[in-house]
Amino acid sequence: MRITCPLCGERDRREFTYRGAALDAPAADDGAEAWHSHVHLRQNPAGPLEEWWHHQQGCGSWIRVRRDTVSHVMLASALAKPEDADGGSA
Amino acid sequence: MRISGWGQSGEAREVGFTFNGQALRGRDGEPLAAALLANGIHLVGRSFKYHRPRGILTAGSEEPNALVTLGEGAQQEPNVRATTLPLFEGLSARSQNCWPSVGFDVMALNDLAAPFLGAGFYYKTFMWPAEFWERLYEPLIRRAAGLGALSGAPDDAAYEKAFGFCDLLVVGAGPAGLMAALTAARAGLDVILCDEDVTPGGRLQSERDTIADAPAQAWIDATVAELDSCDNVRRMARTTVTGVYDQGTYAALEMVPQSSGRAGRACFWRLMAKRAILATGALERPIAFANNDRPGIMMAGAVRSYLNRWGVAPGERVSVFANNDHAHRTARDLVAAGVHVAAVIDSRHDAPQSDLFRVIRGATVCNASGRRRLESITLRSVGGEEKLQTDCLAMSGGWNPTLHLTCHLNARPRWRRDLACFIPEPDAVPGLDPAGACRGRFSTAQALQDGADAALRALKALGKSAGPADVPKAEADSYGIQPLWSVPGRGRAWVDFQNDVTVKDICQSAAENFRSVEHMKRYTTQGMATDQGKSSNVVALAVLAEATDRSIAETGTTTFRPPFVPVALGAMGAGATGMGFAPRRMLSSHQVAEERGATMMEVGLWYRASYFPKPGETSWRQSCDREVGYVRNAVGIADVSTLGKIDIQGPDAARLLEYVYVNRFSKLAPGRVRYGLMLREDGFVMDDGTTACLGENHYVMTTTTAAAGQAMAHLEFVTQVLQPQWNVRISSVTEQWAQFSIAGPKARALLQDLAGAGFVPSDWPFMSCGQLQLGDVMARLFRISFSGEEAYELAVPSRYGESLFRLLLERAEAVGGGPYGLEALNVLRLEKGFLTHAEINGTASLHDLGLEEMMNPDAPCVGQVMAGREGLVARDRMRLVGIRPTDPGERLSAGAHLFDPDDSVERKNDQGYVTSVGHSPTLGHMIGLALIKSGPDRIGDPIRMVDHTAGLDVICDIVEPVFFDPEGERARG
Repeated sequence: MRITCPLCGERDRREFTYRGAALDAPAADDGAEAWHSHVHLRQNPAGPLEEWWHHQQGCGSWIRVRRDTVSHVMLASALAKPEDADGGSA
Repeated sequence: MRISGWGQSGEAREVGFTFNGQALRGRDGEPLAAALLANGIHLVGRSFKYHRPRGILTAGSEEPNALVTLGEGAQQEPNVRATTLPLFEGLSARSQNCWPSVGFDVMALNDLAAPFLGAGFYYKTFMWPAEFWERLYEPLIRRAAGLGALSGAPDDAAYEKAFGFCDLLVVGAGPAGLMAALTAARAGLDVILCDEDVTPGGRLQSERDTIADAPAQAWIDATVAELDSCDNVRRMARTTVTGVYDQGTYAALEMVPQSSGRAGRACFWRLMAKRAILATGALERPIAFANNDRPGIMMAGAVRSYLNRWGVAPGERVSVFANNDHAHRTARDLVAAGVHVAAVIDSRHDAPQSDLFRVIRGATVCNASGRRRLESITLRSVGGEEKLQTDCLAMSGGWNPTLHLTCHLNARPRWRRDLACFIPEPDAVPGLDPAGACRGRFSTAQALQDGADAALRALKALGKSAGPADVPKAEADSYGIQPLWSVPGRGRAWVDFQNDVTVKDICQSAAENFRSVEHMKRYTTQGMATDQGKSSNVVALAVLAEATDRSIAETGTTTFRPPFVPVALGAMGAGATGMGFAPRRMLSSHQVAEERGATMMEVGLWYRASYFPKPGETSWRQSCDREVGYVRNAVGIADVSTLGKIDIQGPDAARLLEYVYVNRFSKLAPGRVRYGLMLREDGFVMDDGTTACLGENHYVMTTTTAAAGQAMAHLEFVTQVLQPQWNVRISSVTEQWAQFSIAGPKARALLQDLAGAGFVPSDWPFMSCGQLQLGDVMARLFRISFSGEEAYELAVPSRYGESLFRLLLERAEAVGGGPYGLEALNVLRLEKGFLTHAEINGTASLHDLGLEEMMNPDAPCVGQVMAGREGLVARDRMRLVGIRPTDPGERLSAGAHLFDPDDSVERKNDQGYVTSVGHSPTLGHMIGLALIKSGPDRIGDPIRMVDHTAGLDVICDIVEPVFFDPEGERARG
């Protein structure tokens, strides 16, 4: 598979580490039920899925990748943290 | 038999080679098979199961029979196809699966027993008693059946791997592939053209076609010359595309000839292509009839290859058996070369006649005789049976498009009744466009046009425009196939030559209700082993279709999987041996440690000193005890640079620390260090370490060696995904800083000696940090302790690590101390009950480690909610305690399980396990940490430690996990 890193371009998937479905984390004060669901329960769809990939052997970016789990087609990828997200300088 | 002046390969120089010890002559670069045929050798090997004499069937990589072994010892290479192995001076090949010789093979007795050895024989016969299978039956069967054998020695041949990138990958350099590559190259695409063969041209090299009214070779030469002159074309010969993977990734195996001067035997390529054109041509299929496996019975196209390309006639009196027009060329070309053609036997009643040779219409070959070499065939027609003397039979049951690669992503091919073959579905693989014979366009004219059209489609898809391609005129001869799969009759008719599968075996499979093509394959083993049924698959499923009264389309195909040709594991894993598999990370102190004879230990990829033996010491324990003594009584120096170091800066740095650590960090002042614990999202402990505040908004975090990568990825996840709005930057600086522990009662004095007036001890209370000037170098000093003694960690940029380590050792040794290694470091931390990843093992919660008090409930942190789950805080969980043998002379062992002294030793009574052990020279006995059910509630109780592998059964006391200086007075000093 080839994954497009928004910073580095299209790269071999072996440069990346897979984390899993890109889910919005519950708030810290949400209860154990919400966290249990977040940590343990997955839809595992056959088709497009938003996932987290870490460009660990590259620039270190966490990337939100939209991948078809049936065809492995990479539909989209975007930085988890947009470059202007924190108002700081890179 | 060599035909003088015939053959497009020209007159190469003669070379000497040996086959089964016999010295022979052949032509440089021709396939071994051609050289053998030129020497009149047809008997090349023995079959897999029945040890039947076998010859050469094909002229390509699909060869099922003519497999030989090359080389000796570690260099031994089994199952090399004689049909694709270029001859060179001194080549030495031998037959396989025969003993004592290929001519007289003892195991050929199997053939006499064949009535009992049909499909399913092994499954049915070797059932009972069950334990005999592994001990007796399987070894016996394995010895009797099989292909070539590996030497058993490690493969020391060099292999290479490489990556390639292109706009357009063209697979196959026959007429379609060359035309496609040329069209794309002229339009400016970056093209990679891979071809399995040594020379380009594909089947054109084996035929006597004309292109643009000239011999096809002239067109090949001109096309290749133009391609080779293009900077945007990489032409790869001897390169077989072996697999198709996602998003235009293709695997290819390039065989590297010794003459190239390159180191490797083969190079495994990963090719990344925006588009690809499949121009792999077609493979001819045999017809099943009785004894169709006699040496001398070959594919009709292969006979043309040996004749027209290599100038070798495989027989002196050749016959042809076919169901299509193409095969008649074989007779035509043989006659032109002056070889006698006995007859063309054609199953079609309307087969074309010829003035040049006898054509017997509506006839089939129903038997063949001649055990080691074909002597005669029996043919059957309306006129009855007739015996025909012939020493070579060229057979053709039609052509199967080489569509395997189109099925690697799980697509299935479609049956074309009119062509009696499967063709690939369009878009079977996204971006891969089949062209030419591999999609049923069998004539040269069709192939050229199809290649050009596919290139134009690729250009369009890549957003390039191009005018119509200039396609030269070529032959568009007829095919006229009428299906013929097997000839009925007595005797075994072979379908799969490599696995000895007959028509009868397939019918038996169907009769026993293994009717699915996948079941039939596994029941009969049809289509397995090195050729993966390239010549047998379609015939087999046609026979199955008939036996089960279904159409071929309904019967379907088995699954084609990579690799298309056998690939040595050494090639796939090229470079991944030794240091290529596990690179070594060396510390800046590595050389000094080696100079002192340190025994090194692998910690992940790091190499760390385990202990530093002194003359006279005979065991590691003596060295370790002495080194522990340095720290407890004087001063010890250890390289601790392998700990992960993460530099954290930014206005939100403190918030980040507060969020990833369970304990309070927001109030950590510049110049102070704090111990912290991190949880995973699921509430279990991930890692521990210290974080130092170097200045406002500037921290350096240390992680354990083991979790350095995980912690860094975690911080990146938190800062980028969970809290992207925080203004904080992190960077791993593990390798930028060399860091040394200076531990022991004399550590302070050593630092005073080293730094002079710059070091004022009262400025450095426990858990302080700051900068320290050492000559011209600004170092960082941390007053932290992993030994329980007054200790400092001194960090300098890595390039100064070695010289600092030498300086520290010199001073330590002057006051009765010295270096200590990992063994001593482990004992020191055990005496203090400090944790490592033996305890933080992924199943331990804060509560299990006795650290629940550290949780700051006022600030949210990663894992906080999950860590509070009932199951993670239960009293009866396995929780951390210390253990020591009740009899101080007894040994402990890490990993040993623990039981109540009164219980039997079985799993249901398991109370926990020992995580770490060491011999404490300070206390004079072994000590350990353990995770025990309700551990802290059982302090003072006895527990039984059992380690069957070490033969230990020891009664221990459960104690507090801190064995030495529980109040911590020594470290605070």
